[in-house]
Formats: sequence, structure tokens, C-alpha cells
Amino acid sequence: MKFSLEWLKYFLETDASTQEIADKLNAIGLEIEGLEDPAQKLDGFCVAEVLSAASHPDADKLQVLSVSTGEGDPLQVVCGAPNARAGMKGVLGLPGAVVPSNAMQLRKSAIRGVESNGMMCSTKELELGDDHDGIIELPADAPVGTSFAEYSAASPIFDVAITPNRPDCMGVMGIARDLAAAGLGTFKPFPTPDVSANGACPVEIRTDDPDGCPAFYGRVIRGVKNGPSPEWMQKRLIAAGQKPKSALVDATNYLMLAFGRPAHVYDLAKLSGAVVARRAQDGESVEALNEKSYTLDSETVVIADDNGVHDIGGIMGGMHSAVQDDTTDVLLEIAYFDPPRIGVTGRRLGLASDARTRFERGVDPEFLDDGLAILTDLILRTCGGEASDVVRAGAAPSEAKVVQFDPALTGKLGGVDVPATEQKRILESLDFTVSDDWQVTCPLRRHDIEGPADLVEEVVRIYGLDKVASVALPRVDGVARPTATAEQALERRLRRAAAARGLDEAITWSFLPTADAEHFADGEALWVLENPISEDMKAMRPSLLPGLLAAAKRNRDRGASSLRLFEIGRRYFRGKDGASDERATMGVLLVGEKTSRGWANGKVAMFDAFDAKAEAEALLGEAGAPVGKLMVMGDAGSQFHPGQSGTLRLGPKNVLARFGALHPKTLETFDVEGPAVAVEIFLHALPKKKAAAGFARAPYTPPALQPVMRDFAFLVPADLPASDLLRSVKGADKANIVDARIFDVFAGQGVPEGKKSVAIEVTLQPLEKSYKDAELKAIADAVVAAAQKQGAELRG
Amino acid sequence: MSEIQQIAQDAQTRIAAAQDLAGVEALRVEFLGKQGSVSALLKTLGKMSPEERQEKAPAIQSLRQQVADGLAQKKAALEEAELDARLANETLDLTLPAPSALRGSVHPVSQVMDEVAEIFADLGFAVATGPEIENDWHNFTALNMDESHPARAMHDTFYFPDEDSQGRKMLLRTHTSPVQIRAMQAQGAPIRIIAPGRVYRSDSDATHTPMFHQIEGLVVDEGTHLGHLKWTLETFFKAFFEREDITLRLRPSYFPFTEPSVEFDVGYANEGDRRVVGGHGDADGHDWMELGGSGVVNRRVLESAGLDADKYQGFAFGLGIDRLAMLKYGMNDLRAFFDGDGRWLSHYGFSHLDQPTLSAGVGAQNLGGKS
Repeated sequence: MKFSLEWLKYFLETDASTQEIADKLNAIGLEIEGLEDPAQKLDGFCVAEVLSAASHPDADKLQVLSVSTGEGDPLQVVCGAPNARAGMKGVLGLPGAVVPSNAMQLRKSAIRGVESNGMMCSTKELELGDDHDGIIELPADAPVGTSFAEYSAASPIFDVAITPNRPDCMGVMGIARDLAAAGLGTFKPFPTPDVSANGACPVEIRTDDPDGCPAFYGRVIRGVKNGPSPEWMQKRLIAAGQKPKSALVDATNYLMLAFGRPAHVYDLAKLSGAVVARRAQDGESVEALNEKSYTLDSETVVIADDNGVHDIGGIMGGMHSAVQDDTTDVLLEIAYFDPPRIGVTGRRLGLASDARTRFERGVDPEFLDDGLAILTDLILRTCGGEASDVVRAGAAPSEAKVVQFDPALTGKLGGVDVPATEQKRILESLDFTVSDDWQVTCPLRRHDIEGPADLVEEVVRIYGLDKVASVALPRVDGVARPTATAEQALERRLRRAAAARGLDEAITWSFLPTADAEHFADGEALWVLENPISEDMKAMRPSLLPGLLAAAKRNRDRGASSLRLFEIGRRYFRGKDGASDERATMGVLLVGEKTSRGWANGKVAMFDAFDAKAEAEALLGEAGAPVGKLMVMGDAGSQFHPGQSGTLRLGPKNVLARFGALHPKTLETFDVEGPAVAVEIFLHALPKKKAAAGFARAPYTPPALQPVMRDFAFLVPADLPASDLLRSVKGADKANIVDARIFDVFAGQGVPEGKKSVAIEVTLQPLEKSYKDAELKAIADAVVAAAQKQGAELRG
Repeated sequence: MSEIQQIAQDAQTRIAAAQDLAGVEALRVEFLGKQGSVSALLKTLGKMSPEERQEKAPAIQSLRQQVADGLAQKKAALEEAELDARLANETLDLTLPAPSALRGSVHPVSQVMDEVAEIFADLGFAVATGPEIENDWHNFTALNMDESHPARAMHDTFYFPDEDSQGRKMLLRTHTSPVQIRAMQAQGAPIRIIAPGRVYRSDSDATHTPMFHQIEGLVVDEGTHLGHLKWTLETFFKAFFEREDITLRLRPSYFPFTEPSVEFDVGYANEGDRRVVGGHGDADGHDWMELGGSGVVNRRVLESAGLDADKYQGFAFGLGIDRLAMLKYGMNDLRAFFDGDGRWLSHYGFSHLDQPTLSAGVGAQNLGGKS
């Protein structure tokens, strides 16, 4: 909320500087979001008199003025404004001054060959209004030479963020009270004006919804003359960022901004019958002052007459009974609405307003009569007319909250010792009453005070948070203990392992376009947002790959020829009892060139499914999975190339990862230029580490004898998975065979149709004695026999 | 000229003239081989009388030695020349590029998360986690924001159409604070945790993204108060920015889940177009920057989590990780964090070796290399 220093001083007697006030506002929890000093903006502009005006020799629309600033010789100024004339007074910008509207610095210059020593300004150029048809005309008594900032009494403007617990500070008066409590001056209580009222209110006022609208006060003023509001009021409203509209409307806005008290003025001529606060009927509608129509329901409190709804209670008035320039008789409304009810209505209608902000947080229940008197007085003084008596329906809450307080709590929670007498002074300066036994009675406007902790906050913020001293947390003895969870430790290790392998870590959105999510959903029910910020961020990801694919597309569009991306994050599924099941996952995406062409390696090499497998196995290894025991199986998912993808499983059911080349349709869906291969590692499926595995490694027992290598070449059916053959060979003699490795796979010339040749190097490890020929032969025979079970025959 | 002298001279001349190792070998055979001329002379020694042998042997032995040395020297010289010639042929253009090892990178958010966790580990904070798809009880109600609370509306919450089996509205957590509730429910008090993770608000501009990262801190014990909070934050920022001149300013604020509530600012200086944390915010060329919200845990929150609010009290705080990363490492556009632009990732990303440690300083220095 914005207000000028001049307005603040209306409620606060203070000698503090603007900066001191701003600092104090920050210190007591009224956060300064902006501080604007118009005097600074108007530096270099002064009141000046035009002594003479002659036409410019070389330009029809320009005049050459002789302007006096009260000292020295008159200045020659070239001016294009049609209203510039001898004898008038205006605002002159001198060389060096910066024009507020366009930030241009004025200089001594020649305009069409005639020297000009400054600029006569329009209101628009000084950001004081929209008028740009001519230059500012000041009254004849304006003192020539005075700085314009001083002449116009430009006042610094504070912009303060008011937290939702402090509706009492949503008016300048409340802010002044807080500042006074914090020692920045003396609060000037605002005397309630004495309004002369004549006769009973001619309009019946009722509240038929005492829960939603417990109090509804009103009065009629007849014979008003609407028009512009007085200049002092306009200045304050402009400073607060409000555009002046008319005297009647401005008066209600003024009441709201100065006292935090929303009110409403109806054109009496548009009302008929009793004016009643009630619940709307379902389907009733009203055109509000923002020129939008709202359909209401029984959750909404409205102000209505015999003909229908005129006001969405506490939120916004209606067009039909809005005051006009020719309005002569008005009904003033000051009501008290139930804060939660206003919240419900506001949310339902999606309608925000300054009034709602205040009513929803809670206005001062004790300020109905005073508010009405102040509003009446403002209107009578500005628009004339004759006020009726006040009519009151219902009553605002009047029971004050009493908190049993212990001043020792301030030290206990706040960590700062404040003398009890000072605590009492602070609370009383904020209008709390404190009894001898520390029963603290809260002012009704402080809806935020619930208990003793709130009083601690009041004391500490006024006393000064800067006086809270740092106190070290107690430390455990010795070196800090490890804190990372197993999940966190795993993710850290994988992240750095992937980076070490040349992959770049990306972080992509958790939400996706629904179509992208569906492509990877595999029949799982997605979590889809009700109110997404855009259609591109709507469905929670069931896989990490779509986000990486979208990133790949953006990179490809920027001309990237090679991408190695990974991400560690959650996938979102449906869990038990309607909760989510969020599974930690690692995604890897390799796109385009694996190695670019080079002088040593020749042609470009593109990524293929084995690159994906390599990443999968390496990362699973880092994650502590028993890579040697994993089975390569199918069913990577429809998003993958059916013949170039697989899953890595620990046992036939537990899928630890899927990998392979992506399906051309996936690339088409995501508009990514391939080749693209991917890995997804399901971290939640990894075998859990056994607790307290200890640090010691198994003993080191190198064999005494050298290993012996033997090569075998087999002809096998072309569709036999190589790993099946390898597993059989390895298992042929577990005592002697320590490793077996495929070193060649070949089909074509010399190999029969439907077959392939697979060459395997077997490592034999003698234990106590070197092998004899017969032993080697027996092992070889066992290998061949085992291979035969897979349909393999030894090549001659 | 004696025969010995004859052979010596002949051998010297021919060894000198030998062109290659094969030639040297042929000469060795010719002179020193079984049928060689020097060998023949040596054999004559056996047939001599002792006196004669004594007289002639030294000359013959000397000849053998002379020839053998000559051959060895020549062989060595030829081998040396041959090696030189071969090496001259093996010259490589070493201005050509060597094969380059791939360099991957760790995202700045992950790096900073690791740094923050490392510092808080030293302060005895364990790590807690919770779901990102939350119910409105954990995200709001348990944190003292009932349905009608205006602060709820200020959270720009993403909702799902779903309710859980207890009829609680499902949403994307707007802060890491629900983890406070879950951790207190699970562990009770005393408790000292941090909870890092993704959070979501329906907000998007240059400084806000609909998804961002927060870290929550919570300490509940007997007698933990605002002064402990201040110390903890100060201590953390000093360690994180590795500067002793960090100045913290607490400002009263409002969060339904803390009472009293404070926002915390740190002083910084504008250096060029960068903000450099350190110094007093009111000093010349300095200002204050808000880094997070905190306060003394509201007793209603303790009660929601099932703790004895008369016995236990404590503080909580929330920090924006992305903001911390930007401040420390100089990024200026939050949106780029989530774009996955390979160029940005390798520019701002970190080496896998930049694992934060207390002994080396948790921060990753700018070594003027790739990042």
C-alpha cells in the first residue's frame, strides 16, 4: 500500500527523516517495497514567469520566450506549447534537470538556430497528470524562482507491503500508530467530526444474514453536488496510486486508504424499498463496478433492495446504483462482514478488490460509527447536502480477547530480555490494556492475536529484532555424524558418476504436456493438474525421458549435434489411499553424434543401443547393483525400438533399468532428430544395502599360478542370444572357468544360412598345480558339451 | 710383418668398412668363429711348448681382444645409427589434437543442495524428505492455514482434481514445510532436520518459475528460540559464501506456521551488475536482500504434529536454493535452470570432482576452466 509522507504526518507528529521512517517501517514488520521521492525527481525545475513571447524566425509552431527565474538575466527559451504567452507563470526545467517522463537530461541547445536555455514543462512531462496539450499554468501568485518541488509540496511516497495478519495497517492511521509505538513520533488521534444530522433516515436498513453481515449502518445525504474532489484529497489519492474519480467515490476511497475502512455510496434514486444485507439466491446476478457480471449463489452475502442485488457485500458495488455526476441523494453504507464469508465469496467469484482484502482479513469492528461520521463529514464538506440520522442494523463483534501473558515468555521464545515495564509500555502503545496480573486485553481490530506467542511478536518487533543476539545451537561432542539418507547418498553417487562419464545433468519440469505424459504412461493413471499454468505444464511425469526429449529438441533446434543428458528426479504414480507414489529415477538420453569425425578416428559415429546399455550397466554398477548377475530381457516399453532395447533385471520380475534405441514414433512425437538412445534406471527397485555392511574388504588372495586362455568358436542359431551361450560356457566347469568373453561374432561367408559364429575366450585358473593335457581336454570337452545344449556346434 | 700384425690390420680395415650388422656378424665369424683366423691362431697355442706359449700367447690374446672390441664397437655404432634412422621415420605432428576425454557436469541446483547439506550436517541436521504431491492438510491446515485463511490464497497453489481417501484435497506442495509435519510425526522431538526439494507455485516471470527448489530447516527442542535461529542462519551463510563479513538482518513478518515470524535479509554490495553478498546492508554501495522466511514454530503446528507444545519449542526456516545458486555462482536467469540447454549446463555446471567437503571449503572455486 502506498502513501505520502504528508499524509502520514496527518496522523503522526514526527521530526524523523524519510529514511528513518522507512528504516523503522522495515524494522517493525511493515516492509518497504519502494520509496519514491518526487522532490528528487523535480530537482532542477522551478517556478518561472514568461516575460515575453515572440514567434520563432524559422518555425511556425515555435515561440521564443524570455523567461524570468527571479534572479540574473531572463533566459531565452524556445517553446512549442500553444498556451505559452507573456505574463503567464509556469514550470521551467533548467539545463541539467532530468525530465521525469522520459529521463532525458536538459541541455543548453539551439532549436532551429535559436538558443534555448531550458524547457517549459507540461504536466505529463513531470508525471503529474496526462495533459500534454500545453505547458503547466501556475496561479499568478506563484513565487517566481521557488523550486517547483517546494511549491507543489511534493511529498515522498512510501510503498509498504502489509502482511495478511495486519489489516489494521491497511490504512495510513494504523501505520502511524505502529510507528508511534516504535518511538518514531507521537500518534495524533483523529477527532471524530461532529456531524449535524436532520431527521430520521428515510430508508429502511436491515440485515437478514447476521452471520455473514452482523452489522449494517447507513444514512442518507440529500442534496449533494458531485464533482471533482478537493485538491488535497486528490493529491493523497494520487500518491496512493488511486485515480481520482468524483468527490463521492473519492471520499469512500479516502476513508479506506486513510483509515482502512471500506464503505459504499449508493445513488438513492436507483434504490427502492428496504436495503437489506442477505444471502443471494442461487442464480441471482449483478453487474459489478468492474463492468463484469457475476452470477451469485447462497454462499454470497449481498446488499439488495426490492429490485435486486446492488452490491456484492464487502467486495464490490454494482453498476446500477453507482453514483453519477448528477447524483443528488445518496445512501452511505458501512457494514461489518464476517471475514471467512468474504473469503469464500471472493474465491468463488474469483474477484479481488481493495475492500475484499480488508474485510477478508478483518476491519476494525469498533470503527463503524466513527467511519460513518468521517465519511459523512467528507461528503458534506465537499458536496454539500443534508445528512439524516444514522440507522443501525445489527452489531459488530464487541467481545475483546483476553490473553493471559507471562513477560518471561518474550525471553524464552524471542531470545531477548525486555524489561516487563517496557513490554507493558509497548503493548499499551498498541492499544492493548495490560492488567497488574498480565491479563492482556486486545483491541478488537487485532484479529491476528491468538495467544501469548503473538504478544511476544508484538513486543519483539517494536523493541527491535536487531536486539536479538545470536546464540549457538548446542553441538554434539566430537566430529559431526553422517546425516545423508541412503537415498540421498545413492543419488549423489550416481550424479557424480554420470558427470564423470561425460553426461550433463539437466533439471526439467515435473509437469508435462498431457500428450507427452500419455506417451510414456504405459497405462498408469496420471496425476493431471486442475489449474495448470499452461497446457505444457499439466500432467505429472510418469517417466524422466519426455522432459529430456523436450530438452533435446530445444538443443537440436539450436544446432547441437551431440547431446548427453541425464536427470535424477521423481516419477509420479498413484499410491495407497489416494496419496502419491513418487519413485526416484534416473534418466539418460544420448542423441546424435557419439564421436564427431576426426583426423584419427575418421567418420562420425552415432549413438546406438549399446551406448545406452553401457551407461545402464556402468551406472547400475555405481549404484551397487550386481551387474554380473543381471539378466538382459525384453519389454523395454512401446517407447523403445522393439528390436534394439531391453531391460536389465535382477531376477525375472525385478526390472532395475530399461535401455535402448528409442522408437521412431517416439522421436516423431517429440520432434527430435535421431538417433536417440535412452536409459531409465528405477532407483526404488535397486536392492537395499544391507545394514552395517562394514568397511573391510574381502581378503586379497591372488592365485599362485598363471591363468590359461583357451579360444572356442561355435556355430549357433542366428537368433540365439549370445548371453545364453556365454552363460552355458561359463557354467561348464565352475571350479576352473573364471571368465569367458565373446571376442567375435560373425555371419555371412563361410557360415551356413540361419547361423552365426560366436567366438569365446575362456579363462581357466589352475589352483594348486598346473593343468595336465588331459585335464585341459576334459575342461574343453565340458565347454563344448555345455554349448551344445544351446544348439551350438564347435567350428572345425 | 708377422701374421698377427697382418690379421690385426686386416681386421681393423674390414671392420671399419662394414656397412651393416650382417657385415659385422660375417666378420665375427671370419675372425672369431670356430673356423676363424683368430680362433685358428688361438688353437696353435695348445700345441706349443710352455716357453713358446709364454712368449707368443700375449700377442695372440691381445689380437683376439682387439678384434672382439672392434666388432663390439662397430656393432654398437651401427645399432645406434639404425635406431636414429628409425626414430627419424617415426616423427609425429604433435600439434594435432589428442583424443579428448568427455566432461560431464553437475547441475548448479544439485551442487548447491550438496553444499547446503554438507554445512548443515556439520551443525547436526539430518535430511528428511516428503512427497511433492501433498494433501492440503499437510501443506496448509497442519501449518495453521485453515481453508479460509487468506495466506492460502497467496500461495498460488496448483491443485489436482483428486482427493485422498480421507477426503483431503491433493495439490503440489507450495513449500517444503509439510515435511516439518511429517518429520515431527515420524520422529517426535527433539528434532533437527533439513528438507530439500522441489516446490511449486503458479507463478512465472523472470524471477519466478512454477517449479523451484527450497530447503527447509527445523529445530525443535526445549528452549530453542529466535536467538538460535539467528545464529544458525548467520553460521550457515558464513560457511556457504565462505565470508566472515556476512551481516544478517531479521525483519518481522508473517507466516501462519511461525509466531513470531521473521524474514531474513543479508547485506550485499553491487559490483558491476553483480550482487556480491557481504557487508552491512546500510553501508555505502550496499543494500539488503531477502533470502527467506523463518520464525519460532507456532504451537498449533507442534500440536498438529502431535508434540507437547508446552514442553517443546523451536524454529523453522525456508531458503530458496535456486536463488542461493544464482547469488553464489553468478547466474542471472532462473528460467535457464530448467531448460536443459547443453551449452548452459557445461558453462555453469560443476565437475564431478567438486564434491563439497568442509576441509576444502564447500564452494567450488572458479578455476577459470570450462565452468
